[in-house]
Formats: sequence, C-alpha cells, structure tokens
Amino acid sequence: MAGVVLLGLATALAGCQREERQLRLDPPIADALDRVALMPNRISGAPPDVYFVLGKPYEVNAYNLSQGKRLYAWFGCRSCHGDGQGGSGPGFLDGWWYYGPEMVSIFASIRDGRPHGMPAFGNKMTTDQIWQLAGYVQTIGSYQGKTAAPSRNDEKQTRPAENRAPAKLLFDEGPSPVHPDQGPTP
Amino acid sequence: MIRAARKACSSAMLAAPLAGCGGNWQSALDVYGTSAISLKHLIILIVAVCSLVWMLVLIALIAALWRSRDARPVSPEPGRERRMTIAVTGAVVATVLIIGTFTVMSFVATRALTVAGQDDLTIRVRGLQWWWGLEYIGPDPSSRFETANEIHIPVGRKVRLKLEGLDVIHSFWVPSLAGKQDLVPGRPNELTIRAEHAGIYRGQCAEFCGMQHAHMSLLVIAEPQDDFDKWTATQRQTAAQPADEQTAAGLQTFLAKPCAACHTIRGTAAVGTTGPDLTHVGNRRTIAAGLFETTRGSLAAWIADPQTIKPGNNMPMVPLTPDELRAVSAYLASLK
Repeated sequence: MAGVVLLGLATALAGCQREERQLRLDPPIADALDRVALMPNRISGAPPDVYFVLGKPYEVNAYNLSQGKRLYAWFGCRSCHGDGQGGSGPGFLDGWWYYGPEMVSIFASIRDGRPHGMPAFGNKMTTDQIWQLAGYVQTIGSYQGKTAAPSRNDEKQTRPAENRAPAKLLFDEGPSPVHPDQGPTP
Repeated sequence: MIRAARKACSSAMLAAPLAGCGGNWQSALDVYGTSAISLKHLIILIVAVCSLVWMLVLIALIAALWRSRDARPVSPEPGRERRMTIAVTGAVVATVLIIGTFTVMSFVATRALTVAGQDDLTIRVRGLQWWWGLEYIGPDPSSRFETANEIHIPVGRKVRLKLEGLDVIHSFWVPSLAGKQDLVPGRPNELTIRAEHAGIYRGQCAEFCGMQHAHMSLLVIAEPQDDFDKWTATQRQTAAQPADEQTAAGLQTFLAKPCAACHTIRGTAAVGTTGPDLTHVGNRRTIAAGLFETTRGSLAAWIADPQTIKPGNNMPMVPLTPDELRAVSAYLASLK
C-alpha cells in the first residue's frame, strides 16, 4: 500500500519537471547556447552540445513554450505572421516552411533575420528568449506531437490550437521546392 | 533579571503588531476619506452592539449554570406556564430589532459611498497585471495625461474613479480613503473618493489577480489644491530633453531597443501603450507598482532583470551592455 502511495507521489512530482522554471540562464550557458552550427546556406545544422545536455528544454518544457507564446506577442511577430496564419510574412500552419522545422533554423531566422523582410532580433532579445520563441514557433507548426503545450489563449481561438495533432497528418506536403534556398519539405 | 527581560520581550512582541495600527499606512481603522469614515462608524457600531449581545448572552449562560436546579419549584400548572414564552419572545424581538437596525445603518452607509452629483475630477484607473494605469480626464482633450501607480488628488474635493480591468479581475482598495471596488474586464465600475486630510495613502489590489498580486500597490497622494495644480501642470508637459551626453545616449538606447515598443515617453518617438507611461517616471515615488523607491539604482536593477525581481510580469529582459544600462537608467531617473 505504502509502495503504491510512494509510486504515485513520485509520478506526481516528476510531472513538476515539465513546468520547471528557469528565470535567467547563467551567462556561460547562454553563450554556449548561442553557438549553433548552421549549414553554409544557413538552413538546418546542429544545436550546441549544451542543448542536449540540458535535455532540449525549449521543446519539452511547458514554461519555456508559454514564455515563447508571450514573446510572440510582445515582440510583434503578429504584425507580419498573424496568429500563425501569415500575413505579409509566411504563415506557420501550412505544413511546409521555407527553412524547415528544425530548432536551429528557426533560431537562426529569429536571431539573424532572413531575406525579404524578416528582421534580426539578435540585439533585441536574449539568447534564451530567442530559444523560447523558436520552441513556440515550432509548436505552432506542430510537425510532431509534443508532450508539453504552451498556456491556453485568453482570447477566442482563431486557428487550430498549438497542442493539436501533428500537422503532418493534417496538411498536404505542399509544392515541391522551387528555390535553391528552400529547405527540405517536411 | 531574566524574568524582567522576558517580560519586556513579550510585551515588545505584543506591541509590535499593535504598532502597525498607528500611522496612516493602510488601515481601515485609520481613516481620512469621507466614505472610509462612514465605514469606520458602521464597523464601530456593529462591533459595539455585537459585543453587548455577546456579553448579555454570556451573563445569562453563567446565571443559568450558577443557579441551583431546584431553587425554584416546578410550576403547579405546567399547561399555563409562560416564563419560557416571555424569554423566547424577548429574544426574537431583540434579534429582529438589532438586525433591522444594522440593515438600515448599512444601507445608509452604502448610499453615502456612492453619492452622485458633480465631481471635481475624473480619473480613469485601469487594472493590469500587475500595475495601475491612470488617465486624468480633464474638461478638454489637451488637459488629459497618463501616469501610473501614483494618484494625486486635491484635498476636500470629490474625485471620481472610473475603474476598468483590462486582463483579469482586480480590486481597488485604499483602506484609509474608501472601501473596495472591483475592476472587472468589460464592466466599468465607479468609485468616488474624497480625502479630508492631506497625506500619502497606500492602497493595493484586493482581488487575487495572479502571480504578482502582492506586488500590485499604489499610492494616493492627497495634497492642497495649489500643489495639485502644480503637479498636473508638470505632468501635462512632454518629457524633459536630455541635459547631458549620458542621458542623450540613454534616450537613443531607449528608442533603439525594444523599450519603445511598450512604453510611451511623450515628446519622443516612444509611443508604446502596453507598459506604463514613463514621461515623468523620475517624479514618481516608486517603480514597479510600489516594489522599489525610484532611484537610478533601482531603475537599473529593474531594467537589468525584471523577471527575477518580479517573476511573471509582462516586461521581458532586454539585452543591454553595461554602458547602455547606465545611460538608460540615468535618462529615466532624469525624467522628473
């Protein structure tokens, strides 16, 4: 009996980790997280080792995803990308992205900007903020199911929720690549 | 010797919480506003009557316990015995009288809180997570201005507060001046306050509104009409121009970094509206809704890491070099 209770308690406590909050990174870790290895065309590549040592915190931690959602609003992403459906900038819901769904590509897009209008946020946001935002943007696209989800909307939903079934099942793969800079279709 | 010390210690421990009642620092029993005074009278009346009733009940109980069981003979004719009827009738009449009086008194006091009529000044108070946005609405559009977390009012004049919640439900409570009134999203409320004495009265959010509910306070500063007029004249002006090189650099940084996306400094290109208006931030007594006194150091600490100081608030950390941080904090502190 006691064993069952203990097991239940341990399971419940393990759930806390999903939402563990780190309000500020140690500067050396932030520096290391900034050093992503990109391919020459700046699409795809490898995150720094520290990202894996920390356990991919920006993809599996609900607090980071929620922070990403707040940053999406605070830094005016909405003014070009809408609520994910796109506007003057590309949408995130259509199932295929110019630069692919990898975290490093999204991170690089936010930090360094991209041609045709995406500004660089490298000097406006801290490294962990960029990672948080990248994690959230990846969640909007919903390429794979995730175990963590950002907080719910206060407003009415205008699009499928971030924690829906993976987009792969819902969308066509889209047209085949037409531009050499375009990344792999998902 | 030890016993005396212990006695002094325990009386000091008793005195410490009681000392909190003195001074005009947020107490509903230390009243300086018209409606707070009538509320206090109501509190005193109810406490006095309830204490009297409580004492009478206890006296009756003690008397009943004290009396010997067979002190009085059993009534020879139990069918005609009326002693209990008289007691019960007396208790029912007293209850109805007391509750009726309380109802009338509380109705009268509540009426006094919402006195309609000509008010001298209207202020729009917006409750946000976790600060107070204030908009002084004057007779013409040019006299309106915005500020945050610090309400100045003239002494002895009626001030109407239009209360609006913008995200979740908050509650406006300055115990020394008035009772609580909720700020509900989508439902404008009003509260009229009138300070009878000059002074600084602390208030705070009285409805749990999230993580930093405890750090959502405000100051109401009641001052003579002359001082109030001087203050409004200053507040209406646009921000002071940077006086030296460092503050000029601070303004440049403020505009180049994301600060200007959320904050307004009137007279500059910064016109964001999600955060508090910073046009005269150096003139306010506190920053971050009463968290710190306004100094250049506290401004710098706040900008350097708002999420550690007030976790969950809506201001992100902005990457700044030490020089930029020094310049921005000097600039904001200079905005008197």
